[in-house]
Amino acid sequence: MALEAKQVFFRYGNRQPWILKDCSLAFEKGECLAVFAPSGYGKTTLAMLLAGYLQPVKGEILLEGSPLPKSGVCPVQLICQHPEKAINPRWRLQRVLEESGNLRDDVLDAFGIEKAWLSRFPRELSGGELQRFCVARALMSGADYLICDEISTMLDVITQAQIWRVVLKEAQKRHMGILAVTHNRRLAQKIATRVLDLTASNGADAPLPASSPLAL
Amino acid sequence: MEQKNQPLLEIRDLSVSFRMYDHGLEQTDLKVISHLHLTVFPGEIVAIAGSSGSGKSLLASAILGILPRNATLRGHMRYRGEALTPQRQKQLRGTELALVPQSVAYFDPLMKVGAQADGHRRPKPTERRRQLFSRFGLPDKTEQLYPYQLSGGMARRILVSTALLPGAQLILADEPTPGMSLDQALEALRMFREMADAGKAVILITHDIDLAFEFADRVAVFYAGTTVEIAPASDFKAGPDALRHPYSKALWHALPQNGFQPIEGFQPYAGNLPQGCLFAPRCPCKTAECESKIPPIRKIRGGEVRCYHGT
Repeated sequence: MALEAKQVFFRYGNRQPWILKDCSLAFEKGECLAVFAPSGYGKTTLAMLLAGYLQPVKGEILLEGSPLPKSGVCPVQLICQHPEKAINPRWRLQRVLEESGNLRDDVLDAFGIEKAWLSRFPRELSGGELQRFCVARALMSGADYLICDEISTMLDVITQAQIWRVVLKEAQKRHMGILAVTHNRRLAQKIATRVLDLTASNGADAPLPASSPLAL
Repeated sequence: MEQKNQPLLEIRDLSVSFRMYDHGLEQTDLKVISHLHLTVFPGEIVAIAGSSGSGKSLLASAILGILPRNATLRGHMRYRGEALTPQRQKQLRGTELALVPQSVAYFDPLMKVGAQADGHRRPKPTERRRQLFSRFGLPDKTEQLYPYQLSGGMARRILVSTALLPGAQLILADEPTPGMSLDQALEALRMFREMADAGKAVILITHDIDLAFEFADRVAVFYAGTTVEIAPASDFKAGPDALRHPYSKALWHALPQNGFQPIEGFQPYAGNLPQGCLFAPRCPCKTAECESKIPPIRKIRGGEVRCYHGT
């Protein structure tokens, strides 16, 4: 029961340099893995590979031992770094949310999404407000795995704490697996059950910094 | 902090509202910034912290005069003692005023980033730009890349270099650090600090408030379109007891290293603001007075606070 990347190689075109070379990692349902690497290392590329937005040039992405399904709602959902680029600018936000299922009031309330926002266009909301829609739509889709690519860097610290609490609570309830890409080691200490530094000896586990993950 | 010389930028009673369609052809005004005061002196970094959607980026747009067309601006803005009119803004932006945009969508997608950073300036500042790129640890061939080929952190570093290029007097940095690793973020802030120490000024809008406290001179806390507290950065480092406004205290407690404990509730929507203090619905120490009228700004212990109970 895991989502794994097995010796994945990736480059954007045959003449381009390799972005990811022989990259392997695995994480299971019920765990929250925080991933570190320097800027430009290929964290976002890895996130997109794991969620099926890109196909590896060599190697494979396996969900419970088989490739990601090609049709239907993908059980691995990606939440992107830049919400303003992840939402169709010509859709009202209600349509954005309804794309992933019926509106659930509990999710809207948990993220503090105002009813008035639903009839607005994405450019009328701030980055932090849009990111709440992105997280909400990923949770509403009923995914088993969430890939969170720096989802809270756009948010103020109170909203950051609120959103992570909702995500972790929902993840615990539904036994989801979470992979969180972040630069903030203090945040990782709070949310992750395991920390992985991609630069350290080809993806060996780095010791978890001395602090226990958030108890809910 | 040089308080005695003339302020570089002075904002008094600024309000920004948006005209938008409500039902059919009916239009309403949505007030997103109200009664905002902020003064920036040469030689200082003023960090702006606060809730997302509290109007921080709009303030930057208002100072530069690049608000969307349906926005109306009221209040007074003075730059070097003279009113900041639309003509003057047009002259100053890109030379004396520079922006680090919040969104990486500000890049021209069809232009290589090196040429884009150089802009229309003649002679081309290529040498200086290369220095900045290398100081941020961007490899030499980065200048030949298109924006879609950049990672989030690289894009940010280029946006910051672009803003530092013209040698502006006032930089408005709108979340310059997300996506950067810790040392890169520190390098960016160090460069802002150097600028400020050379007598220029920086308005640093950021959510990485723990970093901002280290580098800024003063911190302005925004909530729902207005400043609730302006205090020396040292007070934020000292902890919640040195802070004046309950929202600032809440920010401090929500930091991952300080408990990661959010307060309940959300910032009120601009179309549906409470009548009295904007923070009252979430405030632990509200009274009847708070709910009836907006508290004025009071000066307490070298800072300013918009709260009846701030101490």
